[in-house]
Amino acid sequence: METEILLEINHIGKAFDGLSVLKDISLSVKKGEAVSVIGPSGSGKSTLLRCATLLERMDAGELIYLGEKAAWEEDGKCVYAGKNKLKEIRKNFGLVFQNFNLFPHYSVLKNITDAPICTAGVPKKEAREKALALLDQLGLADKADAYPYQLSGGQQQRVSIARALALSPKILFFDEPTSALDPELTGEVLRVIRALAAEHMTMIIVTHEMQFARELSDRIIFMEQGVIQAQGTPEEIFETENERVREFIGKYRIS
Amino acid sequence: MSTVTMLTQLGKGMISTGEIFFLTLLFSLPLGLVISFGRMSRNKLLSGIAKFYISIMRGTPLMLQLLVVYFAPYYLFGLNLRGYRFPAIILAFSINYAAYFAEIYRGGIASMPVGQYEAAQVLGYSKPQTFFKIILPQVMKRILPSVTNETITLVKDTSLAFVLAQAEMFTMAKQIAAKDTSMTPLMVAGLFYYIFNFVVAFAMERIEKAMDYYR
Repeated sequence: METEILLEINHIGKAFDGLSVLKDISLSVKKGEAVSVIGPSGSGKSTLLRCATLLERMDAGELIYLGEKAAWEEDGKCVYAGKNKLKEIRKNFGLVFQNFNLFPHYSVLKNITDAPICTAGVPKKEAREKALALLDQLGLADKADAYPYQLSGGQQQRVSIARALALSPKILFFDEPTSALDPELTGEVLRVIRALAAEHMTMIIVTHEMQFARELSDRIIFMEQGVIQAQGTPEEIFETENERVREFIGKYRIS
Repeated sequence: MSTVTMLTQLGKGMISTGEIFFLTLLFSLPLGLVISFGRMSRNKLLSGIAKFYISIMRGTPLMLQLLVVYFAPYYLFGLNLRGYRFPAIILAFSINYAAYFAEIYRGGIASMPVGQYEAAQVLGYSKPQTFFKIILPQVMKRILPSVTNETITLVKDTSLAFVLAQAEMFTMAKQIAAKDTSMTPLMVAGLFYYIFNFVVAFAMERIEKAMDYYR
């Protein structure tokens, strides 16, 4: 059986004020795959993720979710699908932000249930049950009625993962999910992501956690200056002959 | 004039003052939001109009605006409107305060982190849902202290309605003071304004406390 391709990114490009940050990037993600994107700051990895999640409009290329085109090229320009189509396409993915972006005026439970109820039409009771099950699974069962400001960063990030999972996305994106956390809190978030990988959740993770990327990913992508410099299995990347990749990974080895 | 009569008269004026106050808030708060949308619009014409409107409303005296709103129908169009005095007062106050509120809303909305919009977008909220469910409630909390300030100013500004001889408290106090050649009515009116504002400040503090459940 051929594995289903959930996301196809073809030849995308993006420039900010004439400065090219993504140059002809292509990437496809299969169902159940965990892909890590690593690379130095300013390499374009976050922009790639923001383009893929439709937060940023790209200038060139194609974006296809489960065979449905979200964006494509026409007469040398990148055009996007209509509003309703994009709304449908967005249902395929979830995104976990670096700084959580929880809704501070909603309780933990409401943060998780509100989108399913208001945007996906899930019945209240069902949404609530699912949210409580997710919280339990992520070790936050006692925090349902707390407000985000009462939680540690690690707990907030786990709530935001629960919030994304509540909509049952087919792909989950992580934008440096532990960069805003101290090392002690990083562990609890990484554990959750590892558990998701064990369940074969399809994930694309932008991260600076090399060891984590190595043990969890099916594939690692190394980006620099807006292009994919190297990609392969963790073994291939960590044992690569590519000087630049070795140098980059080496910096993390020491620390 | 006996003290009781004076207090009755001032009390009646107080009711009129209260009406101006509440009706102005009722109309200017939503209108201010609409104007702030115009001001923040990407449409240059729309934002230009809103900007001009705000600059006129803030740049000219409210007393003059009251006179213009009241007399314009007659001087400009020869219309002799019966019972226009009170509506004119509410209209003038509302369009003036809406301009100030518009700027307060704008500041509050601009202060919201972009991440809130992005999270809402990814979670599938529509633009109106994002604004009314996610953004506006947080904006309300942020702008509450500024709104309290404006509201307290409004209590005192209602006295400007005396230029149109509206029988609100200040007009009454002035009349009685002139008739009795006494300062007492003015002092009593001052006390009434103070009490009114004390209540307003107390109510706003309660609202602020009620919004304290999150940070």
